Amino acid sequence: MQWRCEVTGIDTLTLYFGDRIDVALTEKIHLASEALARNLGPRLIDTVPSYTSLLLRYDLLKDDYSSLIADVTAILDDLPERPEERNEASIIEIPVFYHSSVGPDLAAIAKRADLTIDQVIQRHCQQVYQVFAIGFAPGFAYLGEVAPELAAPRLATPRPKVPAGSLGIADQQTAIYPLESPGGWNLIGRTPLTMFDPHREQPSLLRAGQQVRFRAITRDEFLALGGQIE
Amino acid sequence: MSAQAGFHVTKPGFFTLLQDEGRRGVMHMGLASGGTMDRHAWAWANHLLGNRYGATALEITFGGATFTSGLNTQIAVTGAEVQLTVNGQQKPLWSTIQIETGDVVALSAPRAGVRCYLAVRGGFVSETHLGNSCATVFREGTGGLHGDGSPLREGDFLPCNATAPPVVNRTIPNHWIPDYSTPLTLDVLLCAQAERFSATARSTFFANTYTLSPQSDRMGARLAGPTLEASERQLISEGTSLGAIQIPADGQPIILLQDRQTVGGYPKLGAVTPRSLDALAQRPPGTRLHFRETTLQSAQQAERQFLTFFRTAR
Repeated sequence: MQWRCEVTGIDTLTLYFGDRIDVALTEKIHLASEALARNLGPRLIDTVPSYTSLLLRYDLLKDDYSSLIADVTAILDDLPERPEERNEASIIEIPVFYHSSVGPDLAAIAKRADLTIDQVIQRHCQQVYQVFAIGFAPGFAYLGEVAPELAAPRLATPRPKVPAGSLGIADQQTAIYPLESPGGWNLIGRTPLTMFDPHREQPSLLRAGQQVRFRAITRDEFLALGGQIE
Repeated sequence: MSAQAGFHVTKPGFFTLLQDEGRRGVMHMGLASGGTMDRHAWAWANHLLGNRYGATALEITFGGATFTSGLNTQIAVTGAEVQLTVNGQQKPLWSTIQIETGDVVALSAPRAGVRCYLAVRGGFVSETHLGNSCATVFREGTGGLHGDGSPLREGDFLPCNATAPPVVNRTIPNHWIPDYSTPLTLDVLLCAQAERFSATARSTFFANTYTLSPQSDRMGARLAGPTLEASERQLISEGTSLGAIQIPADGQPIILLQDRQTVGGYPKLGAVTPRSLDALAQRPPGTRLHFRETTLQSAQQAERQFLTFFRTAR
C-alpha cells in the first residue's frame, strides 16, 4: 500500500494515501483504518478517516513517533494493494421519501438538469455511493459521487433550520442531515431512519468506507417507518 | 449515605459544564473529543481530593456560581482567581476545603483567569456514554449532565460519590500556581502543512503579536494580527488535531480546541502544545499572544511529564 506520513500535532500523525478524491482510495483508507485499530488497540486514542487521509491520535504514555510509525509501517505493509470486491449484501440501503414537501429543492434540481422529478429520483437511486468521510456534525456522512447532471452548488443563503433526516446534494456529493441544524445543501427528500443516536451502541449509522444506496419510498411507507412531515 | 447525595445548583453561573479528560475513539463518527480546557487547574483540583486523573469536575467559565451541598465532603476550587466563600466566609483556592450538609459555596466573577474548576471528593457522578466520557459539547448538543450538551441550570442536582474516603487537607504551594495575568507565549510545533507557508509568512507569525478575539469559544481560539497566506487556500478535508493552527481564507489564525470539528480543509501552520493550551484557556479576549517554536521531542516530553505526574501521584 502506497502512503506517506506527516506529523500533524503533538500526539497525532496523518497518513496520506493519495492526492485526489477517488472511491478506490476511500476503500483503501477504510481497510488501513480497521487494520491499525485492530492491531494497535489502546495505543491509538482516535482514528479519523477522510477523503485521502487517515489521522491517528496516539497515547504518548505508550508510544513516541518512531515506535508508532515502525508498527504502522509493518501493519500497512501486510495489507493487500487492492481491496477485495464488495458483495451486494454489504451495501447499506437507506429508504428516502423524495418529494417537494420534504425536499424543497427537488424541482430546482430537476429543472437545472432538464429532467423530470421522477428521472432525478431514479438517477439518485441507481448509484452506489461511498462514504468518503464523516464530519461537519455527528454522523454527517459525505457520500459520492452523484451523477454529474444532479450536481448543484450549495444554496447562496443556507437555511437556518434543516430537519433531521433531510437528504441533500452539494456539488458532486450527497448527504443526510443526522440532526436538525442550519444547512446549505439542496434538499431533495427525507429518510425516516435515525442516522445518529448517542444512546445507540453504534451511534452513527454510517462509517467512512461503507457503501450506500438509496431506495425511494412512498409517503405512506415514510410515515409507517416513523418519518415526520411538518 | 444514600446514592442521592450531591450538590444543588443555586446559581449556575455564566457557562458551567461537567467536564473530564474528554472522549476517546469517537472522532470517526464526527463527534468532538470535548473535555476540560485547562487540564492543569482541573487535574490539581482532582488531585487535591485524591481523585483519579480523569474524574469529572465542574468547569465554571467567568464564575458567578453558587451551590448548596447536600452532604459532608471535601471540595477544591482551582483555576481563575475568584473570591470563593463558604456560607459567606472566604476560603482559599487551590486547597482542600471541608464542606458540611447545607453549606453554601459561592464563586465570584474572576479577577484574573477565565475558568475555575470545582472538584468534589470522589468526583461528580455522571452518566458517561459517548467515548466513555461525560464531556459536555454545547455545539453538538451532546454529553454533560442532561446528555444534550446544555450548561448547568438553576435547580440542577449534581450527584456525588459519597463513599469516597476523606483526604488530608492540603494546599498547593504558591510557586506552583500559575499567574494568569502575565503575557503569554505559546509553544508551537511547525508541522502539518507548514511548508505551504512561505518563510516570510512563518517569520511574520513568530515575530508578531496576535490578539485573542472575543469570537473565540471551546471550538477555536480566533486570533487577530498580521495576515498569513498559504500557497493553497483550501485542501481536501482531513482529520483535525488539538491545537492545530488553521489559516482560513482571511489569513487570521484559528487554534483548534477541544470542541473543534473533526475534519477540516484549511491549511495548518502547526500545532500549539497541550501545555500551552492549558495556559491559553485562562486568557480573556483581548489578550496579546506571542509564539515560539518547539520540537516534537520537547513537546512530547513536557506532555509525558504532565500526564505521568497526575496519573501516578496520589
